[in-house]
Amino acid sequence: MAKVLMKGNEAMALAAIKGGCDAFFGYPITPQNEIPEYLSYHMKKEGRVFVQAESEVAAINMVYGAAGAGARVMTSSSSPGIALKQEGISYLAGSELPCVILSVMRGGPGLGGIQPSQGDYNQITRGGGNGDYHVLAFAPETLQETVEIVKQSFDLADYYRNPVMIAVDGLIGQMMEPVDVETSVPKKTIPPKDWAAEGKSGERGKRNTVVSLHLDPYMLEKHNFALKKKYDEMVDNEQRFETIQTDDAEIVIVAYGTVARIARTAIEALRRDGVKVGMIRPISIWPFPEKAFATLGEQSHTLLTVEMSLGQMLQDVKLANNGKRTVRFYGRAGGVVPDSKEIIKEVYDALGRQSS
Amino acid sequence: MKTKTVYEPTRGLVDRDLTYCPGCTHGIIHKLIGEVLVEKGLLDTSVGIASVGCSVMSYEFFNCDMQQAAHGRAPAVATGVKRVRPETTVFTYQGDGDLASIGMAEIVHAAHRGENITVIFVNNAIYGMTGGQMAPTTLPGQKTTTSPTGRNVVDTGLPLRMSELLATVPGATYLERVSVHDPKHVRKAKKALEKAFDVQTNKKGFSMIEFISTCPVNWGMNPNDSLAWAVDSLIDYYPLGVYKDGGDSDAS
Ligand SMILES: Cc1ncc(C[n+]2csc(CCOP(=O)(O)OP(=O)(O)O)c2C)c(N)n1
Ligand code: SF4
Repeated sequence: MAKVLMKGNEAMALAAIKGGCDAFFGYPITPQNEIPEYLSYHMKKEGRVFVQAESEVAAINMVYGAAGAGARVMTSSSSPGIALKQEGISYLAGSELPCVILSVMRGGPGLGGIQPSQGDYNQITRGGGNGDYHVLAFAPETLQETVEIVKQSFDLADYYRNPVMIAVDGLIGQMMEPVDVETSVPKKTIPPKDWAAEGKSGERGKRNTVVSLHLDPYMLEKHNFALKKKYDEMVDNEQRFETIQTDDAEIVIVAYGTVARIARTAIEALRRDGVKVGMIRPISIWPFPEKAFATLGEQSHTLLTVEMSLGQMLQDVKLANNGKRTVRFYGRAGGVVPDSKEIIKEVYDALGRQSS
Repeated sequence: MKTKTVYEPTRGLVDRDLTYCPGCTHGIIHKLIGEVLVEKGLLDTSVGIASVGCSVMSYEFFNCDMQQAAHGRAPAVATGVKRVRPETTVFTYQGDGDLASIGMAEIVHAAHRGENITVIFVNNAIYGMTGGQMAPTTLPGQKTTTSPTGRNVVDTGLPLRMSELLATVPGATYLERVSVHDPKHVRKAKKALEKAFDVQTNKKGFSMIEFISTCPVNWGMNPNDSLAWAVDSLIDYYPLGVYKDGGDSDAS
């Protein structure tokens, strides 16, 4: 199908419909309002479920119920709202329920602001819910990539029986770009949801329970180990990244989402000036793409992490780097988007040279 | 000699020991729900939502598909189930801490949306599971572990009456408060449950049956005194009866 010009939030909403989303539960918050707005009309039109919940807490628990009944479910929110969903996300992970969560990040902490930010990297990759759990998390760069990841995420969620988060900053949510929503995406073979508690104990001949409670510590530990096995499989199979001109790069920028777009502009300008610079662009942020760092040659002596936050992904870069190269950091916060000139200056600083 | 079965366990409950304390009326309430689901032919197509409280283990007791919700969130979980599986019978089973305190927003809004679910609300005027702390439903002067000298209404307010409160919500269809302190009231409570599930089957919207229940362990009373206290004190503050009947259910 031809590309159509769409706003990021609406493109994600449409991609969810194309990905087979049966039900959406959400609560208004800027800068993601176009998602529930779009779905309030289009889900109903498709004969699917849309509910505007009384809060993000209620929305994520509606997701729990619908996912527990075997449906493909999504919710979306932004920073303070994702904070409220954390208890529910922990329950979803604990009960091994699949769902998709869109997080359109804005500045924080607290009510913060409504401009784009990447300040929720830790919230998304570490999670604020209790217990040993992880969610698969992706942070796409373009609307096309966002749409493809949203479509695939329903399969991934079902395959792992785990929440999948797609994190974009408010800029990606609000900007317009041409997208092809019909594009085909890789599929997973999903076993039937014979675990779902959907009111079919008679037909099934046995009753199903969806629970996260295990009062016996040995049983809970067994459950924790089983979850860990699943997370290890994600670490092995779901690391996604792009390397850009890293073959000869002496300095490698590490950036995701909107910052990666800006870094591309900086790299083009720097390359014109003969500076050997490249980029590792994480697409999955949990699992963090450590494998990308193993692809770098000996000539890459410095990693420059650039974020719209004050050094959150930096911790993962340091862990992946394991002391091998010099790690530098540049960040803007509060809703301020860095300029390519700022990144160019940081690269020259790292090389110990003046920018031309 | 001919034998006649006059009493038998219900298929509505799993054949296993309950985890409730001796003399606690949670067990009677479970049995009534199990019986009604079986008699109405709903059990095999039901989803129950267990809440957080002494009844958290109820997902092990009701003999149908069950989900266990976070503390207070059962009506939201039930909403999720019912919206994607409208043909199933969905019920929540919640204590007064769960429903009237931490879950106040979820219960009011499930009623407000006219969600076609049935809520079983077990009001024992205390937090049982956590060891007897004060609940929003604790009576004035009632001693609990966090009101050791008796509930002081100047600091903590007067107890909340949930059936009366929800009766003001336009979306609620059927609300009744019942008790299980004697056989006559047990039979009446069963009728109320039948009515509530009929409301749901007939797609008439939100129904809630509030049970006055006992907690002998945390009230510091034996089971008999507990039943007497439930009648003398609790029912005095929480009068039994139908608080809303906006659905034209066909149950009599
Ligand atoms: C978020 C959260 N807060 C607190 C608790 C601890 N907690 C467990 S049960 C309970 C109270 C339950 O009381 P009630 O709903 O009255 O039910 P009962 O035990 O009396 O049947 C509390 C506060 C919890 N599990 N989760
Ligand atoms: S603590 Fe109270 S409410 Fe809980 S099972 Fe025991 S008697 Fe019943």
